[in-house]
Amino acid sequence: MLDRRSFIGTSALGLAAALAPRMAFAKAATDRRFIFIIQRGAADGLHIVAPVGDPAFAGARGAFAQDFATAPKLDATFALHPALVGVNALYGQKQALFAHAVASPYRDRSHFDGQNVLETGGASAYQLRDGWLNRMLGLLSPGEAKAIAIATAVPMALRGPHEVASYAPSALPQASDDLLQRVSMLYAGDSQLHGLWSEALATRNLTGDLAADNGKTAAATGALAAKLLAPADGARIAMIETGGWDTHADQRGRLAAQLKGLDAMIGALQTGLGPVWADTMVLVATEFGRTVAVNGTGGTDHGTGACAMLLGGAVKGGRVIADWPGLGQGALYENRDLRATMALDGFIAGATAAHFGLSGGRAMAALFPGARGGKPVTGLA
Amino acid sequence: MSAASIALNRFGLGNRPDQPVPADPKAWLTGQFAKYDPKPDAILAAPTSAGVSAELAAYFRDQRALREQAKAASPGAIPPRTDAMRAAAQFARRAGRQDYAGAIGARAQTALVTDTPFVERLVYFWANHFAVSADKLELTGLAGTLEFEAIRPHVLGKFGDMLGAVERHPAMLLYLDQAVSVGPDSVIGQKRGGKVGLNENLAREILELHTLGVRSGYTQADVTEFARAMTGWTVSGIGRAPGAKLAGTDGLPGDFLFVDAMHQPGDRTILGKVYPAGGVAQAQAVLDDVAMNPATATHLATKLARHFAGDSPPPAMVSRLQAAYLQSHGDLPTVYRAIIDSPEAWVETPAKFRTPWEWSIGAMRALGQKTVDAQAVTGLMTQLGQPVWKPGQPVGYDDIAASWAGSDAVMRRVEAAERFAQRAPTTIDARSLAPKLFPGALSPATTQALARAESQGQALALLLVAPEFQRR
Repeated sequence: MLDRRSFIGTSALGLAAALAPRMAFAKAATDRRFIFIIQRGAADGLHIVAPVGDPAFAGARGAFAQDFATAPKLDATFALHPALVGVNALYGQKQALFAHAVASPYRDRSHFDGQNVLETGGASAYQLRDGWLNRMLGLLSPGEAKAIAIATAVPMALRGPHEVASYAPSALPQASDDLLQRVSMLYAGDSQLHGLWSEALATRNLTGDLAADNGKTAAATGALAAKLLAPADGARIAMIETGGWDTHADQRGRLAAQLKGLDAMIGALQTGLGPVWADTMVLVATEFGRTVAVNGTGGTDHGTGACAMLLGGAVKGGRVIADWPGLGQGALYENRDLRATMALDGFIAGATAAHFGLSGGRAMAALFPGARGGKPVTGLA
Repeated sequence: MSAASIALNRFGLGNRPDQPVPADPKAWLTGQFAKYDPKPDAILAAPTSAGVSAELAAYFRDQRALREQAKAASPGAIPPRTDAMRAAAQFARRAGRQDYAGAIGARAQTALVTDTPFVERLVYFWANHFAVSADKLELTGLAGTLEFEAIRPHVLGKFGDMLGAVERHPAMLLYLDQAVSVGPDSVIGQKRGGKVGLNENLAREILELHTLGVRSGYTQADVTEFARAMTGWTVSGIGRAPGAKLAGTDGLPGDFLFVDAMHQPGDRTILGKVYPAGGVAQAQAVLDDVAMNPATATHLATKLARHFAGDSPPPAMVSRLQAAYLQSHGDLPTVYRAIIDSPEAWVETPAKFRTPWEWSIGAMRALGQKTVDAQAVTGLMTQLGQPVWKPGQPVGYDDIAASWAGSDAVMRRVEAAERFAQRAPTTIDARSLAPKLFPGALSPATTQALARAESQGQALALLLVAPEFQRR
C-alpha cells in the first residue's frame, strides 16, 4: 500500500530508487518491538558493569569494589552487579549485551543538558527540537510507527512531528462515555487538543481495565508497558523513564535498590511480552557516567563515560563490547572520569538499524544528524 | 483573550465567582504588591522546618539508642534490625507524609482565598526555580517549608536575599548533600581522613540552576572551588551520619550552621576572582557576586519571560527584564513591573498550557471552593502528574506545554473534572460562570457545548476542560 509520501517518491525518483525504501519498509514490517528505558540522573556504569579485571579498579573504587567480590563474571575484565539477577540470566542466554565507556557527544556535566542531547540526538544541547525516537518512527512503515510513552506526558526523545500517545495508570474514576463524546465535540476545532484527545481515546480502548493495576513499582511499570506492546495492534515502540540514579551520597545501598528495580522491570517486560520477547530489543541508557573516584560522602559526582545495555530475544548478546580505556593514572578524561571510547549515537543507530532491518547509514543520518562521520556499530542484532 | 481575562488567568490563578472582573487589569496586578501577606493564616498553621526537624532529630536519636541496645544484646555480631527499629522508621515516614500533605493543604488553601493571586503565582515560580524534591525521608516533611520560609518572605524583595535564604535552608542543604560536604584540609577532614570529603552537588546546581545558568562560562574548576568555599555550610542535628555528628549539637535541629572545623581553609578563585579565606562570609561573597552577574540576570529574565509570554521567550522582552534586574540590583518588584509593562505578555492568543497545579487551583477557585482536604489535593496532584514539591530533579518542573499537554494528561483532567462537577454545589450555573472566568474571551464552541449539556454537572465538567480552561 502506498501512502502519499511514497507515491511522490515514486514519481519523482523513478521505480528503482523507490524500491529501496519500500524494501526497507517491507523488511521493517515485522513484529519487532523496541523499548527505551532512560536512566535519568547519570547511572554509574562502573558500579553496574564493573571492570574488576582492570588493575586500577579496586584502588580507585575502595569499598565499592566489595559489591563485586562474588558477583557474576561476564568475561575476563567485567563483572555484573549482583542485584541484576535476571539480567545475568539473560546474559547467559545471549540475550543481554553491554557497551562500556560509551558517551553521547555531550562533554559537560549538567544532567539536564546531557539528557537533552541523549534524547534529541543532537550534537549539543537544544540544537534539535525533536527526539531521535520520534524521528525513528519516520523510518518505519506507517502500520508500525506506533509509539507510546509510559508517562502522563511525552518525554523529549519521543517528541516530534509523529504523533505519540502517553499512558500511565490512573487512580481517578473513569469519566462517563457521554462526557467523553461531548469533549470530542468540544475539542473538534482545536488542533492541539483534538490530536491529544484522539490519542487518549485510542489508548483508553486498548488498555481496558488497566487503571486497576498498581503502576507504582518498577515491575508493574514493566508489566504495563508489556500490555501495551504485546497485542498485534498495540504500540511497537515504548519509552519508560526511570529516575534516582544521581548517587552523590550513599551509593552502594541506593544503587543496589535501583538495580533491583530495573531488574524487576526487565523481568516483567519479558514475562508480559511472552513470545514477542523473541522479537524485542530493550535499550537502557543514561546521559553520562560518574567520577571514577569515590567522593567524600560515599557517592560519586557527575562524569563522562557510561555503560549502556541491550536486552531481548533479538539481541546478539552474551558479550561486553568496549574499547577499554583503563582507569589508571593518565587514562582518565580530565583526570576524573572514565574516558569515552565509543559513541553512544553510533551504538543506538547500529542497534535500531539492525533490529528494524534498516541500513545503518540511513538510521545514523536520521537519528543523529549532527554526528558527522559517526559510524553505526554493527552486528548488535 | 481580553486584557481582563489575561490578567485573571495568565497572571493570576483564575477568577472566583464572588470576585469582580478587574476594571483596570494592570492596576489590579501592581496593586497586589502592597496587599501581599507572606504569612496568611493557613501558612501560619502549617508545619515549620523547626517542627519537622525536631521530629526527625528525635527519630534519629531513637534509632541510635535502639542500635546501641541491639549491639549490647549481641556483642561482637552485626546487630540485627529489630521490630522496634522498623516501627520507629515507619512512624517517622508516616509523620513525614503527614507534614508533606499538611504543607500542600496550606499552599492550596492559601491559593483558594488569596486576594493576591499574581504574587502567589510568583511564589510557585521561585519555589520551582529553587526546587527540592520530597523523595528522601528528611525531605518529605521539609520540602514545603522551604517555600514558606525562604521564598514567601522574599518574593517581593531582592533576589540576592532569597538566594541567601534558600541556600541556608535545611531542605536545600540536605537535598543537594551540602550538609555532609567536608573540606579535605579542614580540621575534621584531616582527623577523619578518607572517610569524609567534598561533595560538589549544591555548588554545581547553584551555578547551573539557581544563578548563572548552564553553559554561561563557568568551568569544572569553578564548581570545585565553589564547593570548597561552601564547606562548613550545614544543618544542626538532623542529617544522617556523618553530617549530624560532624555538625555537633549547636543550635536547634534544622538550624543553619557554619561549622568552621568542616570548612576548607584558604583563598578560593571562582570565575577569575579571588575570595580570601573568611569562614561563612567567603561563600556568601560568591553568592552576592553571582546574584548580580549579568548571566544570572539573563537566566532569570529568560525563565520569567517564558512563564508569562510563552514557551519561546521573546528576546526583546528578555533584554528588558534583564536590564530591569541589573539596574535595580535584583529588585524583584521592579522586574515584575517590567513584565506587566511588556506587550509580549499581553498577546491575545493563550501563551501557556496550564500545569496540573494551575489547572486544579483554577478549577477549585472557579467552583468557589474555600477549603481543601489536604490529603485529597495531595493525591490529585500525583494523579495529574505533578506531585507538589516532588519534581524528582533539582531543575524543577518544566515550564513548557510539551511537558504537560500529553494525551493521558488531558484524559485525567477530564476524569478529575467530572468528579469536581459531581461534588460542586448545584447552584452553580456553568453558563453564567463562564464569562466571569474568561471575560470577553469565551469561544462560540465552548458557549454552545455548555448550552447543550444534559445537566448542570455535565456543563461544569465541560467548562473545566474547555480549551479556555486548559490554557492561560
